[in-house]
Amino acid sequence: MSAGIATAHSIAEPSARAKTVAGVLVVLYAVITMVPLAWIFLTSFKSPPDSISYPPKLVFAPTIEGYCNLFTTRTRQTPEYVNSLPPAADACDEITRSRNMVIAGPSNYVPRFVNSLVIAFGSTILSVVLGTAAAYAFSRFKVPLKDDLLFFILSTRMMPPIAVAIPIYLMFRELGLSDTKLGMILLYTSVNVSLAVWLLKGFIDEIPREYEESAMIDGYTRLRAFFKVVLPQATTGIVATAIFCLIFAWNEYAFAVLLTSGEAQTAPPFIPIIIGEGGQDWPAVAAGTTLFLVPILVFTVLLRKHLLRGITFGAVRK
Amino acid sequence: MTDPSRTWSIAQEAASGMTERSSDLEMRAARATPEALARRLRGLSDRAIAWLFIAPTMLLLLAINVFPLIWTIQLSFTNYRANRPNLAVRNVGIDNYQTILTDPDTWAAMQATAHFVLWTIALQTIIGFALAYLIDRKFRGHAFWTTVILIPMMLSPAVVGNFWTFLYQPQIGLFNYVAAFFTGVEPSSFEMIGSVKLAPWSIVIVDTWMWTPYVMLICLAGLRSIPEYIYEAAEVDRASPWRQFWTITLPMALPFIMLAVLFRGIENFKMFDMVNLLTSGGPGSTTEVASITLKREAFEKWRTGYSSAFAIILFVTVFGLANIYVKALNRVKSR
Repeated sequence: MSAGIATAHSIAEPSARAKTVAGVLVVLYAVITMVPLAWIFLTSFKSPPDSISYPPKLVFAPTIEGYCNLFTTRTRQTPEYVNSLPPAADACDEITRSRNMVIAGPSNYVPRFVNSLVIAFGSTILSVVLGTAAAYAFSRFKVPLKDDLLFFILSTRMMPPIAVAIPIYLMFRELGLSDTKLGMILLYTSVNVSLAVWLLKGFIDEIPREYEESAMIDGYTRLRAFFKVVLPQATTGIVATAIFCLIFAWNEYAFAVLLTSGEAQTAPPFIPIIIGEGGQDWPAVAAGTTLFLVPILVFTVLLRKHLLRGITFGAVRK
Repeated sequence: MTDPSRTWSIAQEAASGMTERSSDLEMRAARATPEALARRLRGLSDRAIAWLFIAPTMLLLLAINVFPLIWTIQLSFTNYRANRPNLAVRNVGIDNYQTILTDPDTWAAMQATAHFVLWTIALQTIIGFALAYLIDRKFRGHAFWTTVILIPMMLSPAVVGNFWTFLYQPQIGLFNYVAAFFTGVEPSSFEMIGSVKLAPWSIVIVDTWMWTPYVMLICLAGLRSIPEYIYEAAEVDRASPWRQFWTITLPMALPFIMLAVLFRGIENFKMFDMVNLLTSGGPGSTTEVASITLKREAFEKWRTGYSSAFAIILFVTVFGLANIYVKALNRVKSR
């Protein structure tokens, strides 16, 4: 009997050996899964010849050439011309000249990155504002056809982006919204608002109604109770939802590549078309990718407690 | 008159002490209180606020989702071409639908999609569940490693697809080098993206790398939802660990696994960005999943009417899947 209890206990708390084996396997998987990312990071510090050497180089002389190429456009010149120039102003200048080229001007990476920021933040703010209001109404009031409306909101997220891209392309062309930041902000908001409503409804459902009810008994109007009582309580949920919206808008590619070409183009359609002389400039692509992914890494760490909720539209809470 | 914030903090304490939210009956009683009612009438009525709060979202969705959808339906019965606005638009009835459903190319695209969806789901479910099971052994540092494992699924699928083309380079790519190292074949003797045989697997590998964490995370929630006492009871009954796994762990985690499978199914059925950058449907049309076909028809051949019909067929399929998905969501929720 005592042996039985001992094993029963061992289920609640796995044996030391089981833990070690599980730990080793999981760490192994995590390390393997990180290899592609580590490789991109390393490649961003390689020189173009090192990046395409065979066998792949693990040890190399690090250079910032990839980052220089990412931010600049360059033109090839004769060695005589390059030698006749005044001394190089900075490290990038020097590296470029060593390849018999001169910097012609800035590349489009910074404007595209800024577009990504503006569109991501713009659509996130809009989706969270709209989503919080709608979620509150769905959470607290008797809305006719509530379940159908909620399903409708969710179903808009299920549409294949390419399927709606055709009429949206035509519609934006008519309204003059093609390739504008405003158009992209509205479009991303319409995609994100479904997630925002579902997630925030879950968070607001968890705030006891008694808070507002008692505030209202004490003379608060419904609106004032919403702003002064519910919103402060929902802050964590709102922040988590906002980060999810931000990540979606940041990562989105299908709409961006079909509906934008210059003015409002974001980074994801731009990074793949960074080319150097004779094909893709891999260190520059890797540098662009690294800089683009860093914010997401930060957000993943910040969000880790709410990830599960976010990816299941609030269905699974820990 | 009492200070509202003070009463509120008292209510907060009272509420935090409660295990459940108050029943509907109590709520209705509170609503019926004449005083509260009178006060509420001073501001906007609840009904007005409800509509005021929901309307903007609905309007936006009507303008950017429903209206385009209706337009697509209308276009799908015509021969409209968006790159030739002056061409006379003719009503062609259900011709577009007929052409699509009888076109062998459509079925080739559907086969490519099915290959992609089925294999990614199978691999991600098996690896994801296994990982979740291992993480649930709660070894030291499991929280940190879980976060590390989750990173790929947060990244941009387009950027991921793009940098995997680098890893897949036949001569210089890391993937080929590592695969060659373990199998002994020449790293330049095979092309993941370029060959008809391997290209469908190249997209399966990248998707599995990216989305296994997603399945893992949901399975982990499923495993953690199983109460400890069930295992303890099984131990008392001397059920072997093997038997416990098949009669307790797996059945109880199943709704969560199904949820993950359905969601991955829907997402991968409409997969576009990663595949577009990795193979753009090639070589030939071996990896031309449904969304890629749609993009080629709509934005390269500019057969707007035809591709609208294709979009509607895709949408109906996804909508059907979504319906099942929502039912599954509600089932998991009621647990």
